[in-house]
Amino acid sequence: MGITIYLLTFAVLLVGLYIVVAKKNIIKIIVGVLIIDYAVNLLLVLVGYRSDGVAPILSPGQTAADLAETGVDPLPQAMVLTSIVIGLGITALMVSMAIRLHQKYGTFDMNRIRKLRG
Amino acid sequence: MEQLVPLLVALPLGAAFLIVMIAHAGPLKRLTTPLAVLAVLVNLLIAGRLLWAGALHVYVGGWGQGQTLGIELVCDGLSKLMLIVINFVALASIIFATQYMRRFTKVWLFDALFLLMTGAMSAVVLAGDMFNLFVFLEVAAIASYALVAFGCESEELEAAFKYLILGTVGSAFILLGVTILYSLTGHLNMAKISEALRTIGPDSPGVLLGGAAIIAGLALKAAMVPFHAWLPDAHPSAPAPISAMLSGVLIKASGVYALARVVFGVLGVSPYYANILIAMGLLSMVLGMFLAIGQWDFKRLLAYSSISQVGYVVLALGVAAEAMSRAAPDRTVAALCLFGGLFHLFNHATFKSLLFLASGSIEQQAHTRLLKEMGGLSRRMPVTSFCCRIGALSISGVPPFNGFFSKLIIIIALVLSGHNVLAAVGIGVAVGTLLMYIKVQRYVLEGEPSDAVAAAREAPAGMCIALVLLTIVCICAGLALVPLRDLLFTPAGEALLGALP
Repeated sequence: MGITIYLLTFAVLLVGLYIVVAKKNIIKIIVGVLIIDYAVNLLLVLVGYRSDGVAPILSPGQTAADLAETGVDPLPQAMVLTSIVIGLGITALMVSMAIRLHQKYGTFDMNRIRKLRG
Repeated sequence: MEQLVPLLVALPLGAAFLIVMIAHAGPLKRLTTPLAVLAVLVNLLIAGRLLWAGALHVYVGGWGQGQTLGIELVCDGLSKLMLIVINFVALASIIFATQYMRRFTKVWLFDALFLLMTGAMSAVVLAGDMFNLFVFLEVAAIASYALVAFGCESEELEAAFKYLILGTVGSAFILLGVTILYSLTGHLNMAKISEALRTIGPDSPGVLLGGAAIIAGLALKAAMVPFHAWLPDAHPSAPAPISAMLSGVLIKASGVYALARVVFGVLGVSPYYANILIAMGLLSMVLGMFLAIGQWDFKRLLAYSSISQVGYVVLALGVAAEAMSRAAPDRTVAALCLFGGLFHLFNHATFKSLLFLASGSIEQQAHTRLLKEMGGLSRRMPVTSFCCRIGALSISGVPPFNGFFSKLIIIIALVLSGHNVLAAVGIGVAVGTLLMYIKVQRYVLEGEPSDAVAAAREAPAGMCIALVLLTIVCICAGLALVPLRDLLFTPAGEALLGALP
């Protein structure tokens, strides 16, 4: 697998960034932000991964040193969990704001949502 | 003493949840605002008590010093300075809000979000590991997104949505950088990452990629110039106490403080990072000033001026990093740069929140934010006008107010470090700032009152108390320069420089 999987993750990040920069529809922008989020989470999991690693659960009779030899790194998994929860909160806020914006402006098009001047 | 440190985070967060609960409990509903004021006041007292405590390292959740994992709270000189700034500005803002927020419904929601933001910012400046820093940056940011949209008018929603998208992308980049640093070093603790990076070498491509991702994300939070697009919309759209919190402390705690901590305490100074900081600071100072002079909306002018003034702080940090990254590190000049920069950070927090609160009380009484529609308010609103005038004199660097001393120290430090051109630009921007605030004085306070503001009267007492509180600090901080330096700024600068080899 080697470096390919990292490059693919980076490609996912770029796709998200492109959507946020280039698209004008609010819903598409929200999807773009989510894709960026997923790319970073994916990288975080990949950092802890090792090929043929086992799940980092301590079974009876096993010492911590044994598990560290064979298991994947559990710390990035805990971090990903936190990051996903934060992402959920942000998504809820983004979607509720999009609904409110649609009520006020009657559109999801960012070009028509411009009451603030430069 | 050590038990007090986690309380700084737990108290505001706990009070925020308590407020949400008692808001639904009938007669207790009235207690939400006094409870919020009390929580912030107690937090300020704890932060003040910790000033005399020395540097504290607290391990939360039963983890110990020897373990590689664990949640460490570091309360060193820089954290203490930031805690004082955050909680003091929060106290002034929440006192102001007791009267100002009466025109909104659901004030309890405001109180809860306000405390969440304050508690999360206190946690940001206490965090000893990178992941905790990221998590609390996000908590503070989510609360601030919701607070910018608090009025739920179309402009406010538009500004908040822009801020939300850019802020989230910035946070994703911070997490990306943290991930890269973790994969290189296997640590999350700042001191341990810094130690491990010294053996890897700060110039290896992986470290530079991680550093660039973190610095880009944090610069977005600090609204440095290539990343500033959200600030002039988001800060003026929020209610006045929140504008004061966002411009006064949020961009500093989650932007400037984190930048300083990451560059000095984690990545280690190198010419790359120093030059990036210098370039961003310089661009922000100059562009922010020119954009601010052209504005006719009072709060928008103040928001652009924030970009320009925070540029001074980042420039001073960059020059300090540059002085330390030379072949022969110049510690004296770096310490002077950091003193100037951190003093300006403190001063900007006081006078910019003072000006935003004054603009809020003027907006409430005169029902306009446009400079051309105001006028003659110095007779109609004497207390607000006096405070606004002191704030404007301080920010434009008129002696003997605090802004003069911090700009002077930064400019002297720039000359001493050999950056004469940067010093000249610094003086030029100071003159531009003076022009910008002469414009404010001329159109808001002087002249004949227009019909629109004829009915304006002095703001209620609670709002005036908050303004006077900040004004007193603006006047005293300039006069009490030497004791403040010994008490706050020298330990803060030492905390940054001490992390370097």
